[in-house]
Amino acid sequence: MTIAISVKNLGKQYKIGAAQGKFRYNMFRDVIVDTVMMPVRLVQALRGKGMRGTSGTSTIWALDDVSFDLEEGKVLGIVGRNGAGKSTLLKILSRVTEPTKGTVSVRGRVGSLLEVGTGFHPELTGRENIYMNGAILGMKRAEIDNKFDEMVEFSEVGQFIDTPVKRYSSGMYLRLAFAVAAHLEPEILVVDEVLAVGDAEFQRKCLGKMNDVAQQGRTVLFVSHNMSAILRLTQEAIVLNKGRLIKRAPTHEAVDFYLASGQAETGERKWNKEDIRADAAPFAPIALRIKDKNGKIVDTVRSTESMTIEWEYQLDAPVTGLRVGMYLNTMRGEYVFTAFDTDDAKRFEQFGARQSGRYISRCNIPADFFNEGRYYLGVNASAFGVKRYFMDENAISFNVDISGAPGTQWPEIRQGPIRPRLDWQIEKIG
Amino acid sequence: MTQTIKTTPHEPTTIYIKPPSGLAALNLRDLWTYRELIYFMIWRDIKVRYKQTMLGAAWAVIQPVLTMLVFNFIFNGGITKVQTDSNIPYPIFSYTALLPWGLFTAALNNASRSLTTNQNMVTKIYFPRLVLPLASVLGGLVDFAIASVILVGLMFYYKVTPNLASLWTLPFFLILSIIAALGVALWLAAINVQYRDVNYVLPFLTQFWLFITPVAYSAKVITGKWQFVYSLNPMAGVVNGFRWALLGANTGPGPQMWISVTVSVLVLVGGLFYFRNMEKTFADTI
Repeated sequence: MTIAISVKNLGKQYKIGAAQGKFRYNMFRDVIVDTVMMPVRLVQALRGKGMRGTSGTSTIWALDDVSFDLEEGKVLGIVGRNGAGKSTLLKILSRVTEPTKGTVSVRGRVGSLLEVGTGFHPELTGRENIYMNGAILGMKRAEIDNKFDEMVEFSEVGQFIDTPVKRYSSGMYLRLAFAVAAHLEPEILVVDEVLAVGDAEFQRKCLGKMNDVAQQGRTVLFVSHNMSAILRLTQEAIVLNKGRLIKRAPTHEAVDFYLASGQAETGERKWNKEDIRADAAPFAPIALRIKDKNGKIVDTVRSTESMTIEWEYQLDAPVTGLRVGMYLNTMRGEYVFTAFDTDDAKRFEQFGARQSGRYISRCNIPADFFNEGRYYLGVNASAFGVKRYFMDENAISFNVDISGAPGTQWPEIRQGPIRPRLDWQIEKIG
Repeated sequence: MTQTIKTTPHEPTTIYIKPPSGLAALNLRDLWTYRELIYFMIWRDIKVRYKQTMLGAAWAVIQPVLTMLVFNFIFNGGITKVQTDSNIPYPIFSYTALLPWGLFTAALNNASRSLTTNQNMVTKIYFPRLVLPLASVLGGLVDFAIASVILVGLMFYYKVTPNLASLWTLPFFLILSIIAALGVALWLAAINVQYRDVNYVLPFLTQFWLFITPVAYSAKVITGKWQFVYSLNPMAGVVNGFRWALLGANTGPGPQMWISVTVSVLVLVGGLFYFRNMEKTFADTI
């Protein structure tokens, strides 16, 4: 099998802070110093070194010693938290930026979808923008001519193809932009979360098209936070964390690893001071716990028993309008429900204002609610429309075991996150 | 920095991406691969420039014509009287210079901003960044062509015939003006990415440059040792060359011309290397 992409010890370093090479004139004194230093800087700049910050510059390794090989025709997913280095990796593969260390060898033409609608100009018509965007993405004019009708059809822009794009709705704009990008036919396709924007219809269409591309035997690298999409489109995935490649496995395993890596396996999640941002004050989360019906902290609950989710937190000052709650998701990233402790009207009245102190918000989930599988909780403390104090999208996960649940006399897998115990009546009426 | 290694014509090429080291190659072949993009960028810039304007392409004409009229008033009797070469009527004398001058200023203005206004393209897509300033400079040729129609009209009006003996050299001077414009444009475009001062310096720079180029006056007024310094200005050579090619003014290219040409070429080559070396930082610093 030929290798399409080979990455060896790839590293990318960025300078952070004020060392971006722009003059900053804060005070007249700086102006004078800058002027005097100018010849020195000029020589440095001509040598391609740019300006070094006067106070020590700190650097960050956006990618640190990443190595992997990707065979032709495979579809690889890349997951990781924000800031893990996913986009940097794609940028290097697309030759937009250069690595600091390591090498990459790429066999074939790379088409990059790092952003949809790059190069679109609002004054040009849809037709003109298709040509423009196509040319930027690397298509030859003849190629664009051939695919023009297909692209217009895919975008469903129809009669508006000759109006300036600035008149388009955002949906039309996105569809058109994606239509061009989707008809790129490079040997290697690199896609960065373009599916994060757009309505459900658009996303469905994009996923469909990406699926087609993958089926055609092209090599695809796909970055996304949408676990459903990753699971559907990719065979293997790698997990990046703080610039390092920490896992490479078949997609199911990698996604599981990624989701689990956010929390402890023990049914309790504690927060350290460093995990909490300064602007969360006066709210400070302490711990999140999953408890079984006996009050024991567990990481696996039985669906036939009730369970409790409790969140302990501290308020360093009184807060009004605070609501504390959670998002429940399946392992695939699908939402199950969102719930806040002051959802109920009476609680809303009663706890409109909370004094400072330590609190626990606890809720009980009845028995026969969940289907088997793994779920993860995100937590959120906010004042609606005012401020979001704290949010962690991936705070804790737990497993649900369905032994003894209704229907388990048949060894079949039932889809869906809910498995209620319904009261069926069977009547013979004839 | 990348190297491309072709295997066979039908197999995909393999590209090696490595950290940059040493002087970046000019990689002009890559530019040729992207020639269609250059065309599209020029096309886009021109379309956008005149959309939603009432006067449309007439703007390409208004600037040189108005400048010529103002110069004519100031330098041709209104305030002072400037000697033209070979007794050519002043309007034609100045307009002939304003044509390449217009190309030059348009190139500088557009090209120095070309990277920063197309920031989203620079940070998201790979293409040889040289495409952007190059398209800006070449795009100026369209305006140049439109404005030169006025020159033909002027020559009819003043019954001045072009000097057929030297007219054939006109394309060379046109190329020279592109070289001069592109050379300076590349330096400015690359510097502007990191030091946005260029935006502020540019209006002053072009104005200053206008005064030291023999657009409004004849180069004959420069005498003695100043002649050498003066000929270091790449645009001096262009403007004198245009006047000579079209009108037969002066005696033709002399040592000053060649100094000017050499400077232009050096600025261009230097600009290309500087640009290519800074290119690797564009996506990160823009």
